[in-house]
This record gives sequence, structure tokens and C-alpha cells, in this order.
Amino acid sequence: MSRAVDNATAEVVGGPRPTEPAPPTLELKGIRKVFGPIVAVDRVDLELGKGEFVTFLGPSGSGKTTTLAMVAGLQMPTEGTMLLDGRPLDPLPPYRRNIGMVFQNYALFPHMTVARNVAFPLEMRKVPGDEIRRRVADVLDLVGLPDYGDRYPRQLSGGQQQRVALARAIVFRPPLLLMDEPLGALDKKLREQMQLEIMRLHRDLAVSVLYVTHDQEEALVMSDRIAVFNAGRIDQIGPAQELYERPATKFVSGFLGESNFFEATVTACEGELCMLEGRNGPMRAFNAAGLACGDKAVVAVRPERIHITTAASETFDNSVTGRVTDIIYLGQSRKYVVRAECGTELTVLEQSFGIRRHSIGIGEEVRLGWQGEEANALAEDMRKEAG
Amino acid sequence: MGTLAAVPPGASAERWWSRARILVCVLAAIYLVAPLAIVLIISFSSAPFLTFPPPGFSLQWYENLMRNPMWFGSLLTSVKVLVPTAILATGMGTAAAYGLARTSFPGKAAVTGFLMAPLVVPVIIVAAGVFGVFRKFGLYGTLTGLIIAHTVLTIPYVLATVSAALAVVNRQLEDAALTLGATPWNCFRRVTLPLILPAVLSGLLFAMVISFDELVVSLFISTPIVRPVTVQMWSNIRGDVDPTIAAVATVLFLFSLCALLAEHVARRHSRATGHV
Repeated sequence: MSRAVDNATAEVVGGPRPTEPAPPTLELKGIRKVFGPIVAVDRVDLELGKGEFVTFLGPSGSGKTTTLAMVAGLQMPTEGTMLLDGRPLDPLPPYRRNIGMVFQNYALFPHMTVARNVAFPLEMRKVPGDEIRRRVADVLDLVGLPDYGDRYPRQLSGGQQQRVALARAIVFRPPLLLMDEPLGALDKKLREQMQLEIMRLHRDLAVSVLYVTHDQEEALVMSDRIAVFNAGRIDQIGPAQELYERPATKFVSGFLGESNFFEATVTACEGELCMLEGRNGPMRAFNAAGLACGDKAVVAVRPERIHITTAASETFDNSVTGRVTDIIYLGQSRKYVVRAECGTELTVLEQSFGIRRHSIGIGEEVRLGWQGEEANALAEDMRKEAG
Repeated sequence: MGTLAAVPPGASAERWWSRARILVCVLAAIYLVAPLAIVLIISFSSAPFLTFPPPGFSLQWYENLMRNPMWFGSLLTSVKVLVPTAILATGMGTAAAYGLARTSFPGKAAVTGFLMAPLVVPVIIVAAGVFGVFRKFGLYGTLTGLIIAHTVLTIPYVLATVSAALAVVNRQLEDAALTLGATPWNCFRRVTLPLILPAVLSGLLFAMVISFDELVVSLFISTPIVRPVTVQMWSNIRGDVDPTIAAVATVLFLFSLCALLAEHVARRHSRATGHV
């Protein structure tokens, strides 16, 4: 009886257990990695939910692969902690972490057949032989290579090798799968096909995925959330649409898609929007960065959000006049390069009219307009120290 | 003859040079191979002394090699030294190569240099040093002493061949093995070792051949009781010279040749299966 009472008290103290959200699969807290004088990864925080697909997007050398290697245990963080399913990961060597990893160059063992490669993690876990055979056959089926068990990796194409690498990384059912630019060595067509297949596997296996790429399109296609890496830090993390529509920094706005930038100073704040004064006159923009009057800012506008006309027929929050210097035909759209009166060069994207003639030609005087909420006012110094 | 007009000027000079090159190569080959061939032929001589060309064919010197306890005993001593030497040198050389290839620590270059030193330091100096130290520790004139000395002398060969192979092995394969649950030992045993095995085997063969062939250090630390075959040859050739020495030389030569062929076959095989 007293035991039951104890349990009851413990539950009160511990809070209502059943309603508590499941701990994230992976938690990174203040991860830092320093190589001599170089800070490769600087205070990275991340929570990866169960079954979530998060992509690390950034240019090479931005710290995304190093972060992945630290999660895998192939590199030791200089500072910070990592939790897998709520348990600290740091004291575990890589071979005790139970995390699957797919490498860019496949890293298949050349002296083993496909079946032996896939069986390797199971053999290391001392799974009985007949179960190994069954599971290897199942997973090769899953990646669409059922009859390739007896081949050697060198006898397979790049795409097939990548499938084997994938099979080998999921056969031991890890809760977390790390992928380091897994499609980087494949051609575009195959890459797109593999993207869809990885997404299907991710859905079917309900595994959490950390995916590294420098290809923004790949990130947009595949991810639940994207973490944009810039010089060792995560500039912004969120769903693709949020990152695209409301970038937090100039870097994000320029790396994910294209942007036109104006330097300006905040003159007034009105709710979500703010007024700014720049070289091309007053502007209105969305104030995502919480800027105050007098702050220096960069205004970012997507090329496809700018309307281009020859007459001042419509009314926009912002408008600029300029002259068309170049027109590029892109099939679905036309890209205009416009030199504004203030000297700034802008790019504008317009849906293609098809075979109907566009009225605007090179050298023409045009009016560019866009709504205030389509433009983002960003803090000029994106490396401003937080907290 | 009709194509003569198509030959560009200077072609005849070129042809002359290519013939001269072939001649030089053939002469060099003869110069290198002739002594070996002569020793080989003399070993089958029917004459009781070293003479060329031999007056007739006989296997008596090979018989003598097997029958005469002085010769057979020294051959046996050589084998007793080379087998443990090759195993020890291969094990330690491979371990050293792996450690040096996969870690970085201050003084790494010094350690490498220290291990490779027997290749650079004149053998006579090594021999004199080993002689002095071994007398002090009672290793002079023992099999153990010979094995230790030969191991030190052959480690550089294993270290060099295995290091070269390790430099080519993709380290991502080892990383992959670790993430798949392989302990460092399993990673080495199941992934790295199979990939560098041809180099390890060729290191083993090198160590055997060099131990079998070693004279200078053996000369310093062996006694008439524990005497490898090279030392026996050395003392024999200054005394009563009979063609048994040619038979021994032929045995040594065939051993090296077999080792070389085995090494070649191992490499061919590894290339055919795509390792390394």
C-alpha cells in the first residue's frame, strides 16, 4: 500500500506524465567545434522531433558536415551537449550510438558483396544468421535492389551504390538517420528520383533524418524544416515557406532563392510594418527583425514579387523607376535586369506570357512596384550577438 | 621500299638510337644476371672445386648440403630465425603503420624516423651496437638475439609497404564501419586489414627474404653453435671452397625468387578483385 502512495506522490512531483510531449529524437545544446584558431561550428542549438526531416543547408565550410560528424561521434564537440531520445550522446563512442549514416561517396566496403555490406551492422550487433539473411533481403527489396546481393559495389552504378549505402544505414533500424550530401555525386535526373525515394523511405520507416546539402532546391523538396548554416552558425531554422517568405537574415534571403537588397534606415514603425528611408526614397517593409527607429537595415525583395509595368497604373506601397538593361528568357518566366534611378541594379521575374508578345523591351523606362508586406526589413549586422 | 619517301628526316638516326638503347639494356641485363647464372650452373658441377664451365653434371653438392650437419644445421638456424622474425616484424610493423597513419601526436615524425632508422644507419654501426648490448644482456650467440636483431632490421620494410597501402585506403570506410556498430578492433579486422592485406603479405615476404639474406649483424652476434647460413657461407668461402656454397646460394636465390613471385601474385589478385 505504501508503495502505491509513493508512486502517486512521485507522479504528482514529476508532473502529469501522459500529457508530456515525447522528447525530441535529437537535441543539440550549444554545440561548438574549434579546430585550432578556426571556429567550425559556433553554438548550434537544434531540436529534431520524432520522424522529422531536417535539412542542414549552407555553403561548403559553413559547419553543417562537421555538426553531422559530431552527432555521429566521428568528431568530438569542443563545447555543448547532445541528447538522443533524452539520453546524453557525448560519452558514447560512434559504435555505441546506434545512428545510421549515409556518406556522400557511399563508403561501401569494396571487398564485400552487397549482401555482406548490408549485413555488416547486423553482424556487429550479433544478430542470428537466419534473421540477418531475412532482414538483408527485406531491406534490399525496400530500396529496389532485390537481386543484387551477390554483386560487388564496383559492379553497380552510382545510384545503385547509394541505395545499398542507404539500405546498410537503415537495416539496423536506427532512430536517427544522418545523410551527408548523399546525392551530391549523382546527375540531376537520378538525384530527383532518389530524393523522392528517400522521402518515401523516411515516411515508411518513421525515422528522424538529418540531411546535409548545399542544394537549396533539394532542401525545399525534401525537408520538414531547413536549418540554414552560415559561417558555423544556424542563421535560421524553420519550414521552407517561412524561410523563403520571412528570412531572418540577409544571408538566408540571398542563399535560399534570389533577393534584391536595398540599404536603408528605419524612420517609423507601424505594427508589423515599418517605414524606411533609402537611396531610392521612402520604403515600406515587413519588420520581422524587430527593428526600431533609427536602425540601419537591409530590405530584401524577391524578384518575382516585383511588378514591372511601363505605366503607373497600379498603386503599390513601394515603387521605383528605372531602365531595363537586360532581358533573359527562362521558359516559364522572363528575367528583367533593371537599373533603378538611384543606381541600384534589380532583377525582376515575370511569368512568361507564352507566345503572346511581352510589351517591355531592352532600354525601356519602367516602373517597379511591390507591396510592403512582400519586402523584409532585416538587421544590417546579421552577426549581432544575441543574448 | 615504296614507303621510304614517307619516312621523315632524322628517322634513321632515331632508329639507330633505339637499337643502341636495346643493346645497352641487354648488356646491363647480362651483367646483372650472369653471376647468378654462373653460380646456378656451378652448383650442379661434378668437379670438387669452383670451376667454370663445369666438367659434368652432378647433384652431389645438394646432397652434401642436406647431409653435412654444418650446412644443414646453419640452414635450419636461418629458418628458425626468419620465421619468427617475419611474424614479429609484420605484426609490429603493421601495428606501427596503422597507429602512425590514423593518429597525430607531437613527435610523430620522430617516432617514424626512429623506426625507419635501420634503413639509413650503416649496418656495420647497427651491428657493432647490437654486439655490445647483446653481450651485456646475454643475447650474444642466441637464437632469441638473432630474432630480435633481425626484427629491428626488417620492421622498416613492413612499415613502409603497409603505410603506403594505408594512405590509399579511404578513411570514410572506417568511419562508416564505426557508425555501423563496429568497435575499433572489428573495424580494423573486418574493413582495414582485408584492404591492406596484400601490402601486409608483401611486408611479410620482404621480412623473410631480408632475414634469410642478412650477413653483417649476424656475423657480429652469432657463434659456431648458432650460425645462420649466410655466416656459414662467409666463413666457408675463406677456407675450403667447394661447390656446396653455390648450391646454398642457389637455394637462397630460389627462396627470394619465390617470395617475389608470391608478392606479385598477391598484388595481381588484389587488383583483380578491386581492393585498394
